[in-house]
Amino acid sequence: MKIPRVGGDGVWRWLSGACVALSLLAVVALLTLVVTRGLAHFWPNDIEQLTLDDGQRVAGIARGSEAGERRYFTANRDLDGQVWRWVETQAIETRETPPDLLYAERRGWGPFIGRLTAVTTPTGERLQGDEAERRLRRALVGDAEVTTLHLRNVEGRELRVAFAQVESLSWPNRMDIGDKLAAWGYGVWRFLSEAPSDGNTGGGVWPAIFGTLLMVMLMSLVVTPFGVLAALYLNEVARQGPLTRLVRIAVRNLAGVPSIVYGVFGLGVFVYGLGGRLDSWFFAERLPSPTFGTGGLLWASLTLALLTLPVVIVATEEGLARVPGSLREGSLALGATRFETLRRVVVPMALPSMLTGVILAVARAAGEVAPLMLVGVAKLAPEIPLNGEFPYLHLDSKFMHLGYHVFDLGFASRDTEAAMPLVYATATLLVIVIVVLNLTAIILRHHLRARHRALEHS
Amino acid sequence: MSAASFSAAGTQRVSAAVVDFPSTSSCFDIEALSLAYEGTPALCDLTLRVPRHCVTAFIGPSGCGKSTLLRSLNRLHDLNDQVTRKGCIRLEGQDVHARDVDVAELRRRVGMVFQTPNPFPMSIYENVAYGVRLQGVKRKRELDDIVEWALQSAALWEEVKADLHASAWTLSGGQQQRLVIARTLAVRPDVLLLDEPASALDPISTLKIEELIRGLKSQLTLILVTHNMQQAARVSDYTAFLHAGELVEYAPTDTLFTNPRLRRTEDYITGRVG
Repeated sequence: MKIPRVGGDGVWRWLSGACVALSLLAVVALLTLVVTRGLAHFWPNDIEQLTLDDGQRVAGIARGSEAGERRYFTANRDLDGQVWRWVETQAIETRETPPDLLYAERRGWGPFIGRLTAVTTPTGERLQGDEAERRLRRALVGDAEVTTLHLRNVEGRELRVAFAQVESLSWPNRMDIGDKLAAWGYGVWRFLSEAPSDGNTGGGVWPAIFGTLLMVMLMSLVVTPFGVLAALYLNEVARQGPLTRLVRIAVRNLAGVPSIVYGVFGLGVFVYGLGGRLDSWFFAERLPSPTFGTGGLLWASLTLALLTLPVVIVATEEGLARVPGSLREGSLALGATRFETLRRVVVPMALPSMLTGVILAVARAAGEVAPLMLVGVAKLAPEIPLNGEFPYLHLDSKFMHLGYHVFDLGFASRDTEAAMPLVYATATLLVIVIVVLNLTAIILRHHLRARHRALEHS
Repeated sequence: MSAASFSAAGTQRVSAAVVDFPSTSSCFDIEALSLAYEGTPALCDLTLRVPRHCVTAFIGPSGCGKSTLLRSLNRLHDLNDQVTRKGCIRLEGQDVHARDVDVAELRRRVGMVFQTPNPFPMSIYENVAYGVRLQGVKRKRELDDIVEWALQSAALWEEVKADLHASAWTLSGGQQQRLVIARTLAVRPDVLLLDEPASALDPISTLKIEELIRGLKSQLTLILVTHNMQQAARVSDYTAFLHAGELVEYAPTDTLFTNPRLRRTEDYITGRVG
């Protein structure tokens, strides 16, 4: 094709190059924003103690500034009724980072910032000062026991917290860079391995990671055989005529249907239709509380399988079409039946394309949230759907999903502002999960391709 | 078989054919074959007999229907719904289109080598063993023997015996074509169809293939499609000249090239047309 002449070749080269650069920049900017914000969340920032000109004292972690005001995360929801505080820069008289300020994550009321005054031991003994801190440090690593912490915020208000309520506790102002790195690593690990707590604004996202992976795997298990067989039929079995063409066009267009429509379909057909029927046949004793008649892992996987079916079909068909006719004829001319030719020559050669289809399907499914909201995702389902209890894999249970968790943290949690860093962290994780899933499939495909390397070059 | 054994008492309907021999020595018997792609005729009312254990060449300009004719012989047109056929093809007296004919078995008996080498993306060994495995041979020893025999028959054994498990795609074009011939020979066909087998090869590889073709006719019947008239003259015993889907002249190769009966044939072989 001849490109129309607009000021010569140079312009085109620059224009197209600029577009690529812009796209790359957008991708890099997006990833940088999400990753840095997400990972920064786990860094133990110093806690500042401010004395204001009216004598008030504020302790908190600086989180940005705007128009002569600085914003501090002051925690202590139970004492202050809020966790954020805007302070006018001019009103600040002193700013210091006293080493005895501590940061504690609690179950129930979120983080606390303040000082430790005393601890109570199981024997009722009350330890104060340095002794209290030593005892608490030992208790945190499991060497000693402590029942209650006596805390005080910077304005002098006292607070008692049961030790069992404390999820983590640290003195960030005393940490050197090594300690902070260790604390950061521990924070990331907790984020990955723990269940959410504190109305999803604290704790980790392990159930969401697991739910996402499990659902994507189940979906792949369903969509791969279906898509591949459908493509084989369309490309190898069916008579190539107007009807086949029509079916092919319909399949391709199916990929463009908005995902929420699939959600509605899944809800109507799988959840209410199939699920309701299953309940009335097999789980009648539990009615009216539904077993399969409500959203769950199985229905979500099936809905997404349906959503990604066109992707697998199209990719597989392209792979099949790329197998040279001469090889099919070569096989047939040796006395192979069409099925033998398909099994021994065509399918092995189209395998990389089929895997490409699955990769694309996984990439699409892992990030899809809208249909899941209708067919089984849960705001909080700390129990993962795989456990030691028969039937081990609980297809009817609700599950958590990283994509939905992002939405939930950002827009539906108690304190969306406090949860913002977690939104970034979860989004980072979602990207990582998808990258890992894709990489796995790409490596698999690469291995298959190595066998047909010569073909790729011919 | 030589031209001397031809009887003059022809019973064939073909106007142009001077070839005749006892029907007991005919391998393929094509009678009034017409073929059309999507309604466009490709072969018109073609009748000819192909003698057993000879090399028969089909020559003619591009698009004359010689490949189409060849592909009818092992029913490769079955794959295309657009092809309509009239007339009859008999292999050793049996109609290849009869209901009780197993197409896969027919294709095993009538092997085919294509214009461009088409080895499968497998090792050399697996390529040759492919058809044999389809016949249900599983024992390693037996397979090894057949593979060796087939590669030797195709004059490829000495070149590849060091590494039979190398990818078939690493071979040169000429070697690939001989591999394809070995692969076809491995299933012990009665007939070998060669569709311009040397047109994609260099002169030396071409010579090797031609030598091979001459050597193979003691074992089986060969039918060669070529647009290279020297090649037809060098390797074939009989030559059929096709033009626009019709059989123009069919005669022993010596006769056709030295003393063609028809002007059209002469023009073609001397390079004045086509």
